[in-house]
Amino acid sequence: MSIHIRTVTKHFGTFAALDDVSLDVADGSLLALLGPSGSGKTTLLRIIAGLEHADTGTIEENGADITDLHARSREVGFVFQHYALFRHMSVFENVAFGLRVRKTPDAQVRARVEELLRLVRLEGLGGRKPSQLSGGQRQRVALARAIAIRPKILLLDEPFGALDAKVRVELRQWLRRLHDEIGMTSVFVTHDQEEAFELADRVVVMNHGRIEQEGTPDEVFDQPATPFVMDFLGNVNVYHGRVENGRAFWHGIPIDYPDYPHAQARDARVYLRPHELDLSPATEVWHRPGTSLPARVVRVTRSGAVTRVACRPHGSDTELHVDVPSDTARLLTLEPGSNVAITPRRARVFLPGPEYVI
Amino acid sequence: MIAFAIDSSPLPVPPTASGRVGGRRRRPTVLPGFGVSAAITSIVVFSMIVFPLSVLVLRAASLGPGGFLAAAWTPRARAAYAVSLGASLIAAVLSSALGLVVAWVLARIRFPGHRLLDALVDVPLALPTAVAGLVYSSLYVPKGWLGQWLVPLGIKGAYSYLGIVLVLLFVSLPFAIRVVQPVIESLDRDTEEAARILGASRLQTFLRVVLPGILPAFVTGFALSLARALGEYGSVVFISGNMPFKTEIAPVLIVSRLEEFAYAEATTVAVLLLAMSLTLLIVVNTLQQRLARNAQ
Amino acid sequence: MASRPATTDASRPIAALLVTAAVAIVGLLIVVPLVVVFAEAFALGVAAWWRALADDPDTRHAIWLSLTVAPVAVAINTVFGVAAAWLVARFRFPGRSLLISFFDVPFSVSPVVAGLAIVLIFGRQGLLGPTLAWLDWQVIFAWPGLVLATTFVTLPLVVRELIPVMEAIGPDEEMAAVSLGASGWQVFWRVTLPNIRWALLHGIVLANARAMGEFGAVYVVSGHIAGATDTMPLRVEKLFQEYRQPASMAVASVLAGLALVTLVVKFVIEHRLATEARDLERARSADGTTHDATLEAA
Repeated sequence: MSIHIRTVTKHFGTFAALDDVSLDVADGSLLALLGPSGSGKTTLLRIIAGLEHADTGTIEENGADITDLHARSREVGFVFQHYALFRHMSVFENVAFGLRVRKTPDAQVRARVEELLRLVRLEGLGGRKPSQLSGGQRQRVALARAIAIRPKILLLDEPFGALDAKVRVELRQWLRRLHDEIGMTSVFVTHDQEEAFELADRVVVMNHGRIEQEGTPDEVFDQPATPFVMDFLGNVNVYHGRVENGRAFWHGIPIDYPDYPHAQARDARVYLRPHELDLSPATEVWHRPGTSLPARVVRVTRSGAVTRVACRPHGSDTELHVDVPSDTARLLTLEPGSNVAITPRRARVFLPGPEYVI
Repeated sequence: MIAFAIDSSPLPVPPTASGRVGGRRRRPTVLPGFGVSAAITSIVVFSMIVFPLSVLVLRAASLGPGGFLAAAWTPRARAAYAVSLGASLIAAVLSSALGLVVAWVLARIRFPGHRLLDALVDVPLALPTAVAGLVYSSLYVPKGWLGQWLVPLGIKGAYSYLGIVLVLLFVSLPFAIRVVQPVIESLDRDTEEAARILGASRLQTFLRVVLPGILPAFVTGFALSLARALGEYGSVVFISGNMPFKTEIAPVLIVSRLEEFAYAEATTVAVLLLAMSLTLLIVVNTLQQRLARNAQ
Repeated sequence: MASRPATTDASRPIAALLVTAAVAIVGLLIVVPLVVVFAEAFALGVAAWWRALADDPDTRHAIWLSLTVAPVAVAINTVFGVAAAWLVARFRFPGRSLLISFFDVPFSVSPVVAGLAIVLIFGRQGLLGPTLAWLDWQVIFAWPGLVLATTFVTLPLVVRELIPVMEAIGPDEEMAAVSLGASGWQVFWRVTLPNIRWALLHGIVLANARAMGEFGAVYVVSGHIAGATDTMPLRVEKLFQEYRQPASMAVASVLAGLALVTLVVKFVIEHRLATEARDLERARSADGTTHDATLEAA
């Protein structure tokens, strides 16, 4: 079951939730719609489900135009962010609902529901009411209910958003295993980058109703197509620099940039990821001007296995953040006031105007 | 290991009345039932509310401004308005004041019988007004349970203006209480404690910290009581004696003129009363909206 | 919202004074009249009370009339209430706010005015008077008029109950049902109705109490012909006018008894509603705080 979304636009009043969005979802893949609130990702998901209608554009399912098809006929499985379990029905009846409205015979219903409860590891809890379940259990009931009707595509709206961190991680891994078993085309919405990367085959980064980039998690992270993508995925330091002759210059330090071989110098924005910068004590390094930047440590914050060091380059007002493994940080004995040298391992350059990437 | 036997038999798609929506851009709603519910609602609202009241207004308007005034502003009618407004205002004031006391007690103080008192407040809402009128009148007549002591003291509760005020107070009391009670319950006690710690006396705390907080609800309760009192008919009929110019309220006048087939007077007075009620409704709604906004 | 136990912030004596005042107010205005109804109704004994109700054919008819008019009015308003609440709580459309404000009108209009409006339409000299005469249909001074008047005054009761509940619950469950393939009727019957049943019941109970007790509007419309168009409240008044106090009190006591039953049922339902509201809140907050042991096996 593949989905093709073509030039979909959706407005809520004057607010453009989706602006000319086109997307292909391959059969059997697990796709993440990733973006901040207001990016349009949930709206897009709901349009695929038929719970919202696009103003313009089409949706196709395996070649058939389903744009005007009502939600109840689309055979999609939708898992709501807050589960939307039928509060007055038992777990069993919740899962059975889709089957019952199709007048499925009782024996068949029972067999299928029990199979599903086993699948989501809730066997024996069929008699409980949703209010008697934990959040993670409710989410699994919602999932079982959605796939009970054998939908052609499974859609999940921030499925783990309301759950505790530990439960989230467990359910994430469990969902991936489930997808690998069933092989149903699935699309889920999240604002959590880690979740998208861990779960999805492909990631679609959205912002302000537009698709910024689409690709595998590696592609999107290592080769961000736009400044937004780079900024959204992980933390980033942004600086003004310039490009000329196949090199970008950041504080005088040259970085290879073959995409701009011209002699004409241009202003550029240099993006540096905190963990792609190396720190070394200034006294130790044979300070070769032009390869590393001298700076003074302002603040050291340890956050588990990573230590963030905020530095101020000499002669600059702005802070630069460098992430260093905590073990390394201990060896370096950094403290506010120490002098360090910062060497960039990698950088990305975006030129104002047409964007180029290293 | 998750074992999942994939059963390939397809599941039937549920039959739908509107599986395909003919013609793009018609935008059907996702949730069902818009058409049916809109039809029922508009038919009922129109035929039961808009149409009858419009007929009333148009009938009165057909008299022309001069005719309207002549019919609606007779001396007897003027007296009726005065009695209605006067008694309702007094009742609303009393209702708000006494209601505040009861609401405060219910919201703040725990005592044996609290639940019972709370339940009793709703009695006037459930009790038929005719029963209330009957009982009040029997209570305050010279031979009544209360009348036997009050009448010698000169307090005539039955067949008097006082009687009207009493029953109006009865019917409007729950409105005053139930609007103010939840607001008192949700007051932020911390601000009161802060005031006490800063040295304010109990009275000062009440006047400066508490009262401003409940003032919107208090005023809303007053308006609701007034609206309820203005329209009241059933209970007043039993207790007022319905003496024109003295204890005849506007609704009683309307019925009286109607029974004498004086349609012009009946309709015009009714329209005036309607105008007053609708104005109060708008006022109350605005107040309640502001109340809701302040609560956030 | 203060969650401390409501220990009085006033000192003990002031609290005692306030409580006494409140009890006195409620006692004098509400309790004493209630007691009087029953005391006077049974003053001559239960047998006399029964005779007053059962032996008088006009009174018997009044009871029967009330029992046939009120349920019909309540039924109409229940259907209306559900439809209107569904419309207003689940959809957005131009004129919605105006429509909602219309729902409140019967509450604020004097019942006499309502009755008069009905007479102006269906009376012999009314708008439809000639048509009705030609059809030989009697609306006012007859059962249909009573139903109309009673329906008008109880119109807001069910819909005002349902709208806040439906808005609080939200459309998600119904959307889920639609996405699972349910038709309109299936969504309503299986998902919506179970969720609103207590609020619906609450509204029906209130509407019924109001319908049975309605006086003003029915008075205008009925022509109060004893034995034909007198409902119970009208019968109370008729007996009162005829100086038949004990009989009047007897009928009044039945109405008062009904009011008390209504209050008890209302109390029970409100308890249920509060429990459901609390469950709703609990479900909304802290989700997934417990580590899911069921996920670990295998």
